[in-house]
Amino acid sequence: MGSTLAGWMQALALVGALALCYRPLGDYIAKLLTTSKHLRVERGIYKVIGVDGDADQRWSVYLRSVLAFSAVSVLFLYGLIRLQGYLLLNLGVPQMEGHQAWNTAISFVANTNWQSYAGESAMGHLAQMAGLAVQNFVSAAVGIAVVAALIRGFTRNRTDRVGNFWVDLVRINIRLLLPLSIVFALVLAASGVIQNFHGFTEVTTLSGEVQKIPGGPVASQEVIKLLGTNGGGFFNANSAHPFENPTGFSNLVEIFLILVIPFALPRAFGRMVGDNRQGYAILAVMGLFWVASTALLTWAEASHQGSALQAAGAAMEGKEQRFGIAASTLFASSTTLTSTGAVNSFHDSYTPFGGGLTVFNMMLGEIAPGGVGSGLYGMLVLAIVAVFVAGLMVGRTPEYLGKKLGGREMKFASLYILTTPTLVLVGTGVAMALPGERAGMLNSGAHGFSEVLYAFTSAANNNGSAFGGITVNTDWYDTALGLAMIFGRLLPIVFVLALAGSLAQQQPVPATPGTLPTHKPLFVGLLSGVILIVVGLTYFPALALGPLAEGLS
Amino acid sequence: MSKPLPAIVRTHFTALRVLLVLTVILGVAYPLLVTGISQVAFSDKANGSIVKSDGKEVGSSLLGQNYNLPKKNPDDKEEVALPDPKWFQPRPAANGYAGDNSGASNLGPNSEDLRKNVDDRRKAVAAFDGVDPASVPADALTASGSGLDPHISVAYAKEQVKRVAETRKLSQDTVAKLVEKYTEGRSLGFLGQEGVNVVLLNKALDAPK
Repeated sequence: MGSTLAGWMQALALVGALALCYRPLGDYIAKLLTTSKHLRVERGIYKVIGVDGDADQRWSVYLRSVLAFSAVSVLFLYGLIRLQGYLLLNLGVPQMEGHQAWNTAISFVANTNWQSYAGESAMGHLAQMAGLAVQNFVSAAVGIAVVAALIRGFTRNRTDRVGNFWVDLVRINIRLLLPLSIVFALVLAASGVIQNFHGFTEVTTLSGEVQKIPGGPVASQEVIKLLGTNGGGFFNANSAHPFENPTGFSNLVEIFLILVIPFALPRAFGRMVGDNRQGYAILAVMGLFWVASTALLTWAEASHQGSALQAAGAAMEGKEQRFGIAASTLFASSTTLTSTGAVNSFHDSYTPFGGGLTVFNMMLGEIAPGGVGSGLYGMLVLAIVAVFVAGLMVGRTPEYLGKKLGGREMKFASLYILTTPTLVLVGTGVAMALPGERAGMLNSGAHGFSEVLYAFTSAANNNGSAFGGITVNTDWYDTALGLAMIFGRLLPIVFVLALAGSLAQQQPVPATPGTLPTHKPLFVGLLSGVILIVVGLTYFPALALGPLAEGLS
Repeated sequence: MSKPLPAIVRTHFTALRVLLVLTVILGVAYPLLVTGISQVAFSDKANGSIVKSDGKEVGSSLLGQNYNLPKKNPDDKEEVALPDPKWFQPRPAANGYAGDNSGASNLGPNSEDLRKNVDDRRKAVAAFDGVDPASVPADALTASGSGLDPHISVAYAKEQVKRVAETRKLSQDTVAKLVEKYTEGRSLGFLGQEGVNVVLLNKALDAPK
């Protein structure tokens, strides 16, 4: 079979598998977010933590719970990393510096998984599984909980209650993430991903050298790293490492895991608002961007532009033989269009346009389909903006799903949209103005600028992948990127929950012939256009200085 | 009676209790369960697909290795180890196939350093294998993502058959058959890309006849 045909079949198999999961998984998520029944194990947990599982919270209490949980998580993880030398299974790794531990703690709590450390030399097994992997679960659950609160804002009327954060958090972990993780961890282990508690095993190779073979509970962490759109690799090489991703089959399973929940959430949304067509419209926009971006990225890599890649004859620098181009680009577009940031090939060595596209994917705000929960709430905020734009055109008060979008709602939506670009552009600008930080670039010229732009885009959008050449384990980068990650995560959540509270209080307005239907192709086109214009106007100058300058020179 | 704690403080205590409960379930019980099942059901793979030769562990079939001649002075960090002609050679790796230091070069598509590496490798590989420089395939000229890639392309393996056969005084046919045997196709016929597993191929070459 030729590689082009195989590449197409691979993409089709992925789309087919996701399509099969859309309805059952989406319905299942909608049910677990709306049912009033508790499982016995959940009742036990509520008892231990002292929470009334039937009491709903106001949006401000819901937000306070999210923030408190994040704060406690950062402190706990920071402590665990700093103290791992005194705990079990530490493999004798050296003490991590304060600024790096702070950066890492924030990174995993913020669902970013930006890593300024190398997994195999900086983390023991206990810190990985009881620290980092736990945040991989719970930060994903926080994202889904927040979008659940937003959807309840649409479905509930004249109330100040948007759900109970603790109940959402526990249910999403126990009913959704944990069962899927157990099943797929075993699938990955069966295909060669390691799962043990060994340290390094030294072997003498056939040519007489010594090689250290790493160990660790990798399969259990690999699954939730992808399923929760986290992305933090057990090893430095992330999903390019053969112990994390050994075959073409494990590779497709991993891409599937990245996309399956984000693509099923529009169904849960449609279900919860009582109109599945609303879910299909959102899905269509997500799918459109995903397909276009994947196709363009594959084309860019296959054309191997760039003087060094031309000399080599193919864009195989930073890519694995067992994946080749198509399986690498499928992973790369999926990881940057969600908030995952895991990589099976290294984006810094991608072609100028291919690498630029991975940055652009993140700049879209990671909404196609986006991180678990965060992708959908990002898309719904943009849908609100699209409805508002349409309302301006015809001079009507805009409404979405029966709720009026007044000044208060639009303020929260606008603040949401302004947050990440501000962090990205200010952060990049300051780094470029400081000679010491500019020196962190590995490559020179426009590509070096792209490394810095990529770093702040990745941090503020909670992606976590990198143009890895840049040296970021410095006081300044650890601090600056840590701030970008935590503000890039929590400020949007503040605005989304405020929006949810404001929507839930409203009395619904009946649809009239003048209401813009938000389930038709017209709306899909309108929303796509709004996304492109908002992102294009915001980031074009930065992209022109980096990837576009390099690609056109 | 003492005053109840303010709500903001109580919320943090609730958060801490939730985190501890979830850490026990998701951070301890879950990985132990998966480890237990994997160690019983597929212990070979869960332990790293270790390859043995004469009963001794010599590597993992998933992790590539160096196949170099011994250095003249093993303590000299500057000395570049030369490839050993009797082995199939793997792809270039950013960190010399160190199992505790995976990673890529991260050199950009227009990088002068990468350009020079590619040109130097093309010359060296062509001379080593006795072929036309233009025919050397891309995977022999570029560093992998993991730095531990166990595979090379079929083209690169075929290019090395003559050299390996001559060094080992084997017929080219015998060596070519081994290459074919250790060529791993795409998973399920269409996932990923085919490649030749250098670790297994070299081990088979070394096996007593």
